[in-house]
Amino acid sequence: MSLRPDLAKIASLVPQGVRVLDVGCGEGELMDVLRRERGIDARGLEIDPELVEKCVSRGLSVVQGDADRDLVEYPDAAFDVAILSQTLQTASRPDYMLDQLLRIGRTAFVSFPNFAYWRMRVALLVHGRMPVTRHLPVSWYETQNIHHVTVDDFRALLADKGVTVDGCWFFAGGREIGRANANWRAEHAVFKLSR
Amino acid sequence: MRGQLTACVSGPKSMPPMASVLASNLQTVTLDAPLALDSGKSLADARVAYETYGELAADKSNVILIFHALTGDQFVSGTNPVTGKPGWWDRMVGPGLPIDTARFHVICANIIGGCMGSTGPASLADDGQPWGMRFPVITIRDMVRAQVALLDQLGIGQLHAVIGGSMGGMLALSLAAHWPDRAARVLAIATTARHSAQNIAFHEVGRQAIMADPDWQGGDYYAAGKGPEKGLSVARMAAHITYLSEAGLTEKFGRRLQDRDAKSFGFDADFQVESYLRYQGIAFTNRFDANSYLYITRAMDYFDLAEEHGGRLADAFTDAKARFCVISFDTDWLYPTAESRAIVHALNAVAAPVSFVELSAPYGHDSFLLECPALDRVVGGFIG
Repeated sequence: MSLRPDLAKIASLVPQGVRVLDVGCGEGELMDVLRRERGIDARGLEIDPELVEKCVSRGLSVVQGDADRDLVEYPDAAFDVAILSQTLQTASRPDYMLDQLLRIGRTAFVSFPNFAYWRMRVALLVHGRMPVTRHLPVSWYETQNIHHVTVDDFRALLADKGVTVDGCWFFAGGREIGRANANWRAEHAVFKLSR
Repeated sequence: MRGQLTACVSGPKSMPPMASVLASNLQTVTLDAPLALDSGKSLADARVAYETYGELAADKSNVILIFHALTGDQFVSGTNPVTGKPGWWDRMVGPGLPIDTARFHVICANIIGGCMGSTGPASLADDGQPWGMRFPVITIRDMVRAQVALLDQLGIGQLHAVIGGSMGGMLALSLAAHWPDRAARVLAIATTARHSAQNIAFHEVGRQAIMADPDWQGGDYYAAGKGPEKGLSVARMAAHITYLSEAGLTEKFGRRLQDRDAKSFGFDADFQVESYLRYQGIAFTNRFDANSYLYITRAMDYFDLAEEHGGRLADAFTDAKARFCVISFDTDWLYPTAESRAIVHALNAVAAPVSFVELSAPYGHDSFLLECPALDRVVGGFIG
């Protein structure tokens, strides 16, 4: 099974043997890779009970919960690495969620779809409709992505909060691209953050 | 050894016909040392009745201990020799089932205080008379202590997993808290780390029903040939309601009438739900001792794992080394999901490896005993 490029990037950046919390872990694809390739006994948080069930039945430690509500229950610095993949834009308050992530983990990885990707811009400009793409395939009225965000928006939030960017990586068309003009060229972004 | 079933299973007269067959078929161990109890008392020569399923591996590494619920017993799989019905978790435990007895050696023991061969209020005390209400009040931890002693005597060290639903889940959590090295995996289903005021209240209704029955006689009914069957039956009826969901009852019975076309304008069991509860109550008295019901519900009411650890539940799990899995059901209002979440948060606070899932099932608290494919997958996946 091949990992989504943003998850593969995160997997390649997590050191051996650290404590990892994967927030919004889905079916546990990343956790499974970390277990097999890094010897990491990661913990997951996932809101969808069917996905949690899949995780547990493959032997992963995953708690069903709502990141908006349940992250507060984790102690400070409980993990070396806290991962939030494709979940930030679903949060009721992404800024609070980011705070929680950096409280729980010494390092945080955040990945999100970039709403300023040029295909998005074209779709909105030309058609005047909310874009429905391969990576954001759901109509505006039923999407869980209630806080669409761009790379530059995210950078501005980090600057406001005084969060340190330890690295950032960008992806388009299923592969990694350079950093130049990421705000319009990148379909996906991965940020490594710390306080 | 195969021991004798003494005054048990709700007294001589109501002892079901199969009990005499059973008497020579109960596998029991008498504990070597007196069993120390939380009350400060101790129980000498305590017997623990148990059943095993599946082969024990040469290195004894494949043992799963299952704790039964309030009115359960050691007959978890196969046919229960007392009731003649399938074991209480027959759909979960057996060859090729999620708890696969082709791979695992499953042990299930009757709790002390119970009435299926382990020492309880119906057992004979030193003076040759049934303990009755002279039996010491026991706790959930006492029940676990007896089973740990059983494991010691069977020469079994670390368990592959310990599993329990409802009260069995309390025992599993208690074992994880007090014997943290004993189990590699702890699976607690539809349970709680403490009995709520509502839980205690329902139990108190049941106890009062038993004690208000003139045939209870202060607990000394064993020689009378008749126990407090009315009271025990009412206790079971009240409790049974708490095991089911409102939607489940509605689906099963609605307001349908029992064997009649119109209301009788009397107090017969007009409604199917009444008839069903009466049947459940009466059937229960054939297999359960009223005093055991008093003692076990008391133990559950006393259970508060946080209280045992200075008021902070997380401190109960400070030394825990097991992997945990906690499962709740969305229609369980006896031990609702919030209770499971409290356990999960405590385990998170000590960074224990924990999984948690709230499963959707229509049957309320009893869902853990009934058809629920998602439960099968989670249980099978967790124990590996």
